[in-house]
Amino acid sequence: MRLDEKLRIAAFSTAVIAFVATSGGALAQKKYDTGATDTEIKIGNIMPYSGPASAYGVIGKTEEAYFKKINAEGGINGRKISFVTYDDGYSPPKAVEQARKLVESDEVLVVFNPLGTPSNSAIQKYLNSKKVPQLFVATGATKWNDPKNFPWTMGWQPSYQSEASIYAKFLMKEKPDAKIAVLFQNDDFGKDYLKGLKDGLGAKASMIVAEESYETTEPTIDGHIVKLKSTGANTFISITTPKFAAQGIKKLAEIEWKPLHIVANVSASVGSVIKPAGFENSQGILSAAYAKDGADPQWDNDPGMKKFYAFLEKYYPEGNKLDGSVVFGYGVAQTMVKVLEMCGDNLTRENVMKQAASLKDFTPDTLLPGVKINTSPTDFAPIEQLQMMRFKGEKWDLFGDVISGELSN
Amino acid sequence: MSAVQEVVTEAPAVEAVPKRAMTLGYGTSLFMLAVLLLVPLFVKNFIIFQLTMLLIYGLAVLALNILTGGSGQFSLGQSAFYAVGAYTSAILMEHAGINYALTLPVAGLVCFAFGFLFGQPALRLSGVYLALATFALATAMPQLLKLGYFEHWTGGVQGLVVTKPDAPFGLPMSQDMWLYYFTLVITIAIYIFSVNLLQSRSGRALMAIRDNEIAASAMGVDVALYKTLAFGVSAGITGVAGGLGAIAVQFVAPDGYTITLAISLFLGMVVGGVGWLPGSIVGSAFIIFVPNIAEGISKGLSGAVFGVLLFLVIFLVPHGARQVAIVAQQLIGKMKKN
Repeated sequence: MRLDEKLRIAAFSTAVIAFVATSGGALAQKKYDTGATDTEIKIGNIMPYSGPASAYGVIGKTEEAYFKKINAEGGINGRKISFVTYDDGYSPPKAVEQARKLVESDEVLVVFNPLGTPSNSAIQKYLNSKKVPQLFVATGATKWNDPKNFPWTMGWQPSYQSEASIYAKFLMKEKPDAKIAVLFQNDDFGKDYLKGLKDGLGAKASMIVAEESYETTEPTIDGHIVKLKSTGANTFISITTPKFAAQGIKKLAEIEWKPLHIVANVSASVGSVIKPAGFENSQGILSAAYAKDGADPQWDNDPGMKKFYAFLEKYYPEGNKLDGSVVFGYGVAQTMVKVLEMCGDNLTRENVMKQAASLKDFTPDTLLPGVKINTSPTDFAPIEQLQMMRFKGEKWDLFGDVISGELSN
Repeated sequence: MSAVQEVVTEAPAVEAVPKRAMTLGYGTSLFMLAVLLLVPLFVKNFIIFQLTMLLIYGLAVLALNILTGGSGQFSLGQSAFYAVGAYTSAILMEHAGINYALTLPVAGLVCFAFGFLFGQPALRLSGVYLALATFALATAMPQLLKLGYFEHWTGGVQGLVVTKPDAPFGLPMSQDMWLYYFTLVITIAIYIFSVNLLQSRSGRALMAIRDNEIAASAMGVDVALYKTLAFGVSAGITGVAGGLGAIAVQFVAPDGYTITLAISLFLGMVVGGVGWLPGSIVGSAFIIFVPNIAEGISKGLSGAVFGVLLFLVIFLVPHGARQVAIVAQQLIGKMKKN
C-alpha cells in the first residue's frame, strides 16, 4: 500500500513537472494577436493632417520616416513595421470613424500616438472596450494616467498639470511675493494647465491676481496683455500656443512691461516662437523642457542629437529640425520601437501594454540628460521630469536640477 | 428703388423645384429601402457604423434641404442646432440617466424651439445676410459650449462620454447593428414626415414663399409664421440627427461642432441637389466618403484633392444628384420604349 502510494505520488509529480516544463516551452513560443505576424507588425495612427491643428501633422510624417528607418535596418526582431496613418482633421467624430477603421478594417495591433485631447477622449472608451492599446497619446492632458479605469490607454509627454506645478514650486520658492497674471488658451490645454498651477500653489493660489483667456480664433492677444499689465502684476505666465506666445513676447516689449515671464513648454521652441518674437525681446524668459531643442547649438555635439540629425538627413530630408514636433515624433516613435523590442516574440496586445508599463530608465535620443522614461502597472505617465530654463543670448540655459512634476493623485 | 421693387426684381435665391420632383417613385423607394435593410447583414461592424453616420448626416442634410429647398432660406448655422441636439441627448443620458430613445424627442423639441426663436430675428434678413447671421450662430456655438457656467453639465472643453446602448429584449445583434436599424427607423419616419409636410398645404405655402414672397403674402400666406416654422422644423430634425450622432460616436465635445460641420452639411445639400429630398443621402455619402478617398490619393494634399473632386462635381452636374437621377430616368425610359 505504502509503496503503491509513493509510486503514485512520484508518478503524479513527474506528470506535473513534465506538464510545467512543456507549458514553459509553450510560453517561449511565438504568440500573436491581430496585427502581428512572423513578418509584420501593424501600427495604426490618427493625425490632424488637415484642419485647424494641421501643423502637428509633421509628427505623423516623422514617425512614418522613423519606422522606415527601422525597417531599412532590418525591422524589430525580424518583423517589418507597417504604419497606417489616417487624417481626422482634429474632429472627434472623424477620429472615432478612423479608429474603428484601423481596428476593424486594417486590423492593427496598437493605435499609437493619436493626437489631440478631444480626439483621444472620443476614442478612449471604444479602444478600451475592444482591448486595443491606445499607446503614447500625443496630448498633455492629465487624464491619460488612469490605469485603473483605462488600462489600455497611456500618455507620453509630461502632463500640463505637472509642468504647471513645477512653475508653482519655482515661484513659491524664488518669488514668494509674486503677483501673478495668467493668460490662457480657452480649451482643454489652457484649462488643464491653469488647474495644475492653482493646485501647485495650493493655499497660495491668491498669488494669482488676474486671469485672462483667449480663443484660438482671435487674430491677436494684444488687448489681453494690456489689460493684464494694468493689474500691476509682476509675474506673467503665458499658457499659449506658439503663435500667441510670440505675439505676447513682442507686445510685452512694446508696452515696456517687464514682469517675470514664463511661457509654457509647448511654446518654448526657439525656431517657431523666440526667433519670430525677436531675441532682444526674449531675454530672461523662463520655461521648462524635457526634450532637447533642435535649434539650440549647445546640442550640436550631443551623441543623441547627432543620431537625430543623421536620421533627418537620410530618411526625412524635408523635416525641419527647428520644429519641436519633429523632435517629438522622433522620441515617441523610438519609445514605441523600444516597447515592441521588449515584447520579443510575444506580440499580443496584452503583452504590449505589459511591456509599455515596465519601461525602466529608458532615454530616447532627444530627451534632456537626466530625463528618463519610467512606467509601472500603476504609473502610466512615461515622462514626468522637466528642467527649468532661462533664455539668454540666442539659446535656452538650463538651470537647477531635473525636477519631477509627479502628481500625487 | 424702393424696397418692394428690390425684392420683386431680385432673382430667386433657389431655383423652383416642383413638388412632385422632390421625391422618388414607389418602386425606387422600395428598392432603396430593401438595400438599406439588407446591407448591414453582410458587412463588418465598421461599415455598419459608417452607414449609421451616413443616415445621421443624411437627416441633417434633409433638414437643411427643407429650409433651403422648401422655403428658400439659407443657413450656415446647422452645426449649432446639431450641437444643441447632441448635447441635449448626451446630458439627459449621462446626467439624468434617461433612456437614449426618449432623449431624441426632447432634443428635437429643444432644437425646434431654438430654431423657431432664431427664425424671428432672421425674418428681417434674406439671402447672403441671412447666411451671415446663421454663420455667426455656428461660430459662436463651440465657445458657448465651453462656457464655465455650463461646465458642470457640458463637461466644458473635455466634452462628455456617452454610453452606447445594447440591443433591447436580448436581440442577437451587435450594438452597431441595433443602432443602425434604430437610426434607420427614425430616418424613414422623418423622411415620410418631410415628404408629407412639403406636399401639404404648409409645404405649398413654403414653396410659394420661396418662389415669390410678395405674391405669397398677397395670396394670404402668413410669411413670417411659415418662415420661422421652416427654421423650427429644420432645426428640430437637425437636433434629432445631432442626438443620434452623439449616441453613435459616444462622445460630444465643442470641437466636434465647428463651422466646418455646417459647411459640410451645406455642401452635402448642394451635391445632393437643392430641394430634392432623396439627394440628402447622396450628399451625406459625399461628405463622409469623399474625404476618405481624397486622403487615399494624397495625405499631404487631401484638402486640395477634395477641392478638385468637389469642383468636378459642381462643374459637371451643377444640380447634383437630382440631375444624375433625371438623366438616368430618361435613359431607362428610352430603353423601355425600344
